[in-house]
Amino acid sequence: MVEERFVLGNEACALGAIAAGCRFFAGYPITPSTEIAENMSVLLPKNGGSFVQMEDEIASAGAIIGASWSGVKSMTATSGPGISLMQENIGYGVITETPIVIINVQRGSPSTGQPTMSSQSDMMQARWGSHGDYETIALSPSSVQEFFDFTIKAFNLAEEYRVPVLVMSDEVVGHMREKLIIPDSVDIVKRVRPELEEGEQYLPYDAPENGVTPMPAFGDGFNVHVTGLTHDKRGYPDTNDAETHTDLVERLCDKILKNKDKICSYKEEFCDDAEIVVVSYGSPYRSVLTAVKEAREEGIKVGSLKIDTPWPFPDEEISKLAENATDFIMPEMNLGQMVHELERVAGKDANVHLIGKIGGVLHTPEEILEKIKEVASKKED
Amino acid sequence: MRQEVRIGGFGGQGVIMTGIVIGKAASLFDGKNAVQTQSYGPEARGGASKTEVVISDEPIDYPKVQAPDIFIAMSQTALMKYKDDLKEEGILIIDPDLVNEDDIADFVADKKIKLFRAPATRTATDVIGLRVVANIVMMGAIVKATGVVSVEAAKEAILDSVPKGTEDKNIQAFEAGYGLIE
Repeated sequence: MVEERFVLGNEACALGAIAAGCRFFAGYPITPSTEIAENMSVLLPKNGGSFVQMEDEIASAGAIIGASWSGVKSMTATSGPGISLMQENIGYGVITETPIVIINVQRGSPSTGQPTMSSQSDMMQARWGSHGDYETIALSPSSVQEFFDFTIKAFNLAEEYRVPVLVMSDEVVGHMREKLIIPDSVDIVKRVRPELEEGEQYLPYDAPENGVTPMPAFGDGFNVHVTGLTHDKRGYPDTNDAETHTDLVERLCDKILKNKDKICSYKEEFCDDAEIVVVSYGSPYRSVLTAVKEAREEGIKVGSLKIDTPWPFPDEEISKLAENATDFIMPEMNLGQMVHELERVAGKDANVHLIGKIGGVLHTPEEILEKIKEVASKKED
Repeated sequence: MRQEVRIGGFGGQGVIMTGIVIGKAASLFDGKNAVQTQSYGPEARGGASKTEVVISDEPIDYPKVQAPDIFIAMSQTALMKYKDDLKEEGILIIDPDLVNEDDIADFVADKKIKLFRAPATRTATDVIGLRVVANIVMMGAIVKATGVVSVEAAKEAILDSVPKGTEDKNIQAFEAGYGLIE
């Protein structure tokens, strides 16, 4: 039966994880993500899973990688300094192609910053916070319902592409209560296990066309060497050969980049004839929509592009919008991060304007409306 | 129609719980949309505590309160700290035993505020015999004074939120609060 509840965003995240089949959580509580750990500690034992409070965040990331290799869908949640401490193991998750989900409820930073205030200032860290060339997937929810839905989606994408997936939420969404609709059942991607023909040699990293190799669990009977070193198709370290390294790292990137059209998710509103497009992700979208509706009432041809998946960035859709739009506006709760991506894609054909806001408070609709009007009036000049 | 509600008091009065009950009543039992937020941080303990609820028939975009239509003050500190952006002709409900009314006489007159007095803490202690239900007494007063949620939805939300075994006391508290407003 469909269930309706009035819950915190962070609680919706935990409920989404359970619905997605997550049965292991390792973490270290930190504001404003703590309610996720708290709820998982209650929900997991009731659902046949395990919860471990770890000694720190790098160990938490290590524990979920280990749990994932034992065949269990695994997650951690953190904020602020915690995500910095996890970075090395995120890279380890990337090169070992381990499906894990990391929730980051972003707070004011750098360092310990503003524990109880909101921010979107970890967006570039989600892209390349760990050392090395790599591609990950990041999702940004803007409501309690989306925090539930996107957590499920994160688990599915992690399994489909064998990659760490980050849910880049923020304090506003984590700490608001709204109605959550929990459906009867949700679509879940199950892990593909290797299947061998009689006498076939097992090559754990011999990827098929889509770049994603089936993944055994410890105890399934396959010999797998899981290593952070550059490895060949057998999984053996081969660290001095340029070709082995190039093949491996390009495949790790390509499995995301070549499937961008399947991974990227976004929502367009009022964009058909839009000359100005407000591009947002996460909680600022809430203010964008009010501002865009009000500007439309005043006759300004403005639309909204809400990006569900900041990483990989939806280049194609933005290029398409840039054919008609002369101006793009991006509100971010930082001093300008994703706006650089917007400039990269749309900057040749259109003007790109940032509304960067820090301090922990969400943009108001008036702040966005004011910018829309300013841009619209300059266009007329 | 969008309505913005703010409740302020001190940590431990159940202020945030009241916000959750209002949000739950509106969104799960009145078929509307609601977003509830609350103050986090050091001031939540002992000092001023605050919760805000936005209620609307339409989907709620901007989730925060900008200028409340309704403000409920359950402490002097919260009253003075959070009253200023209450809308012109807005509704103010105070617990008269916990605030100094003289301090807001000008404010009420200047902004043409509709002021209601609900001695929720005294009623909880004297009538129900349980000081901890003061917030639910106040909930009854809020519903009577503002109609922001229906009586039925409020009762459903209370039953859905309070510990098992305390349902009767809480419904009595709600009704006592409802009776405090003429």
